[in-house]
Amino acid sequence: MKVPYSWLREHCDPGIDPGELAERLAMTGTEVERVSAIGPPSAEGFVVGRVLSAEPHPNADRLRVCAVDAGEGERTIVCGAPNVAAGQTVAVALPGATLPGGHKIGKAKLRGVESAGMICAAAELELGEGPPGILVLEDDGLLPGTPLAEVLPIAEPVLELEVTPNRVDCFGVYGVAREVHAISAAPLGPEPWGEDAPAEGEGDVGDCASVTVEVPDLCPRFTARVFTDVTIAPSPAWLQARLAAAGQRPINNVVDITNYAMLLTAQPLHAFDLDKVPDGALTVRAASDGERMTTLDGVERTLDPKTVLVCDRNGPSGIAGIMGGQVSEVSEGTARVLLEVASWNGSNILRTSRMLSLRSEASSRFEKQLHPELCMRAQRIASRLIVELCGAKLVPGTIDVGAEIPEPRKLVLRGERVPGLLGMPIEQADQVAYLERLGFGVEASGDDLDVTVPPDRHYDVTREVDLIEEVGRVHGLGEHLPSTLPAVAGRVGGLSREQRLRRRAEDAMRDLGFDEVVGWSFTDPGEPGRLRIPADDPRADGVVLSNPLSEDQSVMRTTVLGSLLDIAQRNLARGADHVALFESGRVYLPVAASLPKPAPNTGNSGLDVLFGEFPGERSGPCREPHRIGSLAVGPLVAKSWRGSGEPADFFALKGTLEGLAGQLGVELSVEPAEEPFLHPGRSAGIGVGGELAGWIGELNPLVCRAWDLEAGVAFEVDLGILLDASPAGEEAFEDVTTFPAVYQDLAVVVPTEVAAARLRESVLGSGGELLRSAEVFDLYEGEQLGEGEKSLALRLEFRAADRTLTDDEVVALRASIEAELVKIGGSLRG
Amino acid sequence: MLERIEEIRVEAAVAIEAAPGTAELEELRVRYLGRKAELTAILRGIAELPAEERGRVGSGANQARKQLEALLESRAGVLDASELESKLAADRVDVTLPGAPARPVGHIHLITRTTRQIEDTMVGLGYRAMEGPEVEHDYYNFTALNHPPGHPARMLQDTFYAQSDPEVLLRTHTSPVQIRSMESQPPPIFMIAPGKVYRRDSDATHSPMFHQVEGLAIGEGITLADLQGTLDEMLRAIFGAGREARMRPHFFPFTEPSVEFDVSCFQCEGSGQLGDGGRCNLCKGIGWIEVGGAGMVDPNVLGFVERNGYDPERVQGFAFGMGVERIAMLRHGVPDLRRFFDNDVRVLEQFS
Repeated sequence: MKVPYSWLREHCDPGIDPGELAERLAMTGTEVERVSAIGPPSAEGFVVGRVLSAEPHPNADRLRVCAVDAGEGERTIVCGAPNVAAGQTVAVALPGATLPGGHKIGKAKLRGVESAGMICAAAELELGEGPPGILVLEDDGLLPGTPLAEVLPIAEPVLELEVTPNRVDCFGVYGVAREVHAISAAPLGPEPWGEDAPAEGEGDVGDCASVTVEVPDLCPRFTARVFTDVTIAPSPAWLQARLAAAGQRPINNVVDITNYAMLLTAQPLHAFDLDKVPDGALTVRAASDGERMTTLDGVERTLDPKTVLVCDRNGPSGIAGIMGGQVSEVSEGTARVLLEVASWNGSNILRTSRMLSLRSEASSRFEKQLHPELCMRAQRIASRLIVELCGAKLVPGTIDVGAEIPEPRKLVLRGERVPGLLGMPIEQADQVAYLERLGFGVEASGDDLDVTVPPDRHYDVTREVDLIEEVGRVHGLGEHLPSTLPAVAGRVGGLSREQRLRRRAEDAMRDLGFDEVVGWSFTDPGEPGRLRIPADDPRADGVVLSNPLSEDQSVMRTTVLGSLLDIAQRNLARGADHVALFESGRVYLPVAASLPKPAPNTGNSGLDVLFGEFPGERSGPCREPHRIGSLAVGPLVAKSWRGSGEPADFFALKGTLEGLAGQLGVELSVEPAEEPFLHPGRSAGIGVGGELAGWIGELNPLVCRAWDLEAGVAFEVDLGILLDASPAGEEAFEDVTTFPAVYQDLAVVVPTEVAAARLRESVLGSGGELLRSAEVFDLYEGEQLGEGEKSLALRLEFRAADRTLTDDEVVALRASIEAELVKIGGSLRG
Repeated sequence: MLERIEEIRVEAAVAIEAAPGTAELEELRVRYLGRKAELTAILRGIAELPAEERGRVGSGANQARKQLEALLESRAGVLDASELESKLAADRVDVTLPGAPARPVGHIHLITRTTRQIEDTMVGLGYRAMEGPEVEHDYYNFTALNHPPGHPARMLQDTFYAQSDPEVLLRTHTSPVQIRSMESQPPPIFMIAPGKVYRRDSDATHSPMFHQVEGLAIGEGITLADLQGTLDEMLRAIFGAGREARMRPHFFPFTEPSVEFDVSCFQCEGSGQLGDGGRCNLCKGIGWIEVGGAGMVDPNVLGFVERNGYDPERVQGFAFGMGVERIAMLRHGVPDLRRFFDNDVRVLEQFS
């Protein structure tokens, strides 16, 4: 909302400069985006002048040499405008004046004739576009030499307000003036709609127009007046200047008046050329499905049955509350005007304007719900101006359909609730003063106040708490509000165990050398394809957005891998030779998707959030498990004179994964398993406590190619499953010092295809309780072994909690291990 | 016999003292104390000696042996030390070569770090962290937050909707977690909700995805002044001691009264001017920097969870919310919101 400062001061002059007022407004709830200046930087040097004579220039066909009285006797000004003529009252920029944009006027010779100033066009002063040529002022007995600023708002400061959507009253200048009055206590001028126009036309409005409202719930009030003998012409300079400063393009007097009345009252108006409305009959009805009409902006629009139309006998002439049509537009030849001022259902206007993607000054006001009372305010202001400025006659009577004006709202403000909610006292007398300045009716009743809400605030102030806000903000929070902390006993803050462990997991990844990234939650529909995920995989079925910003961000991700690859690709393109990345974040799976298992396998309800089970009575529309994903491209340790910086491979990243699990005290099982995006021979599923928690592997070369990578290795694991298995914080002490352990090495020859994990499992399974660990520490494949065989060396740790083991015991355990090894084709290496 | 023992002892002692290295010393040990050594033979033959000689010869030989053993040990100590010394002297490296590269330590993203800092501050003030879904029902994102369908405030945030269901959207703020938390827990409640939110907007100061932290405090007698104090504490923890919060009245559908809150500028100490007299570029000369929105929870919002114990006539409280990126941008001079999602490792590695 642009408020020219001179216009505001006409209704309430706070007596301070606009910058200071802007700050006061900001501190009481009306943000001022900026204070801009329209017109020249200063009014200095701009005066009223009278053209005494205008003669052709001796050396130039298009120039005139004018004698101008600008207050200090006669001066010569060379002017290029074709419309300059003797007798005109004009705006003159004297030498020394500065035009908008910074050009300074000086004495100059134009084709040999000295010119002492410039006769200005409206556009040159940013007073609106105006007619072509110089601006001609009305001669109201203006004396030459009068400062132009006394006649026209030049060098006008304009407050650009960011009005909050509840304050529809401040979408009108008089509403802003009332707000300024409330916060500054400066006097407020009389309501500008107080005086109506004399109705001097012939007959009665009912003789020349009629209105039928078929949808009263969507059109609470429709008023219409008729004007005859209208002369369409450009508006006077002051009106054009005011509209221009408020950001509206002047069009013609009638249209400008409707805009002016709207800017003053917040109530939009619409003028029809009555002679283009057959029989003057208007109908307000709902559109039929698919009905079309062309709006004033020349666009043909397709409507739906909730769209409300203002129609004449031939069809729609405007979309109610949003934009008029071309059929009955006021134009140069218009002689009779029908002035519509109506109220519309705000949410339906909002809905329709969104549906049509069409917003206008009118719709942005109507959508916030205007009170029907406002209609007549606008009618009165506009009527007076149309009569005054267009030479028109107002036909007696007003058509007023469905005028069921809501009763004024009455509220009680309990005295104790003001300090009770705000935490600061406000004297009752102050409360009364603030509310009255804001236009409320107030009567004290003991400690309480009986308050009547004015129509402008009817839909905004509906409860006691709304009154408390009004009183509090006018009183001033900054100056008066104490700084205290809630005095509520017995509260204990803290992070949940899962939140603490999630931080530990993230820190573990950092300590293992990985940079955390935050990737986009959305991706493009082609990503599953680039990851070679088949169409029937649930991961190819992400949540699709109906209104994405771009195709690239139109589907919610189902893997973290995709965004990791995008980020790696960008970094490598920028010259990085390796990346080690991780992300701790969610994926978004349709509820039907069965990957991975949603339910935690223990009764530990504290872990639910990481599985996507959130507080609240309804679960989320999709499942959002929290994942840790990681991607390494290139070496994890830089190349140096001591080593070659081998690119990270499966085992490098598996070590990282084991390091992460180790930080959480979780034991993983890593078993061969394929994923479409991984190297089939170098990929595995990550098991935790018998549950599948994720995958790890080297990337399939086709996937690498799609992201311009040479190679890469990645994992993605469900953090919920990982943390669910973590004993962190619950570990029990185990005695490892009283009785010594016995360590023995075991070299086993097995067929190549026997997995190390299988061998280890077999050893652990047959070693009994006393075998505490068995770790593979060597692998040998070579000539000394037979074809298709390999040798694995394991270190065994035997220990008993209650005694020192004897050699005999260990020998017996070894024997049983050896016996078990045979079953998987293994034998001790000789 | 005793003379012979003495001869051996003297000879051996001289030889041990003169032994040049540990290898020669070992030879002497074998020669004088080994299995085939004369002294060993004497000791072994004692039993065959006449009874009156056994005592003297035995004790003489034993003495000699112990003495030689002691000499050998002490000489060995000397030789070891000097041999180690010369070995170490020969074992020199070029200490000016670069060190072997350690496996580098990674970095936590600035958004995570900033979120944690806010979480830790609020935990200290007695709040718990709650989380909710990012793909959310319209009910939690709008309706229960006092944005009924058709409410103009829904225009404030441009919302991403799911194609499959017009009632499903990407949450536009973390406020739905307020409702979810109140549904799951009776008052008093002191909670924060960090997380990702989404709006249809993209430029240097808007990202379609960004992060917020929400706070909610509901109980008996919690006032707007308590919000002032809480914001003061929080902003000091984030922006440094001596900072102050300023509340400006504003409008949000889910709070009444509503405010926007600012922090006093930490670059110019709120003066709007820099040391050289120039205008502070951070707060643009205003002395205050906008941080977020807040207010007293609207009774209509409590009405949606009244059955969970939130009777608006009995309990009241405040809520606040702010953008994590904005705070990180202010604290660290990040010029463009999109840098956070660029994830350029050269930037990530600036924040350790």
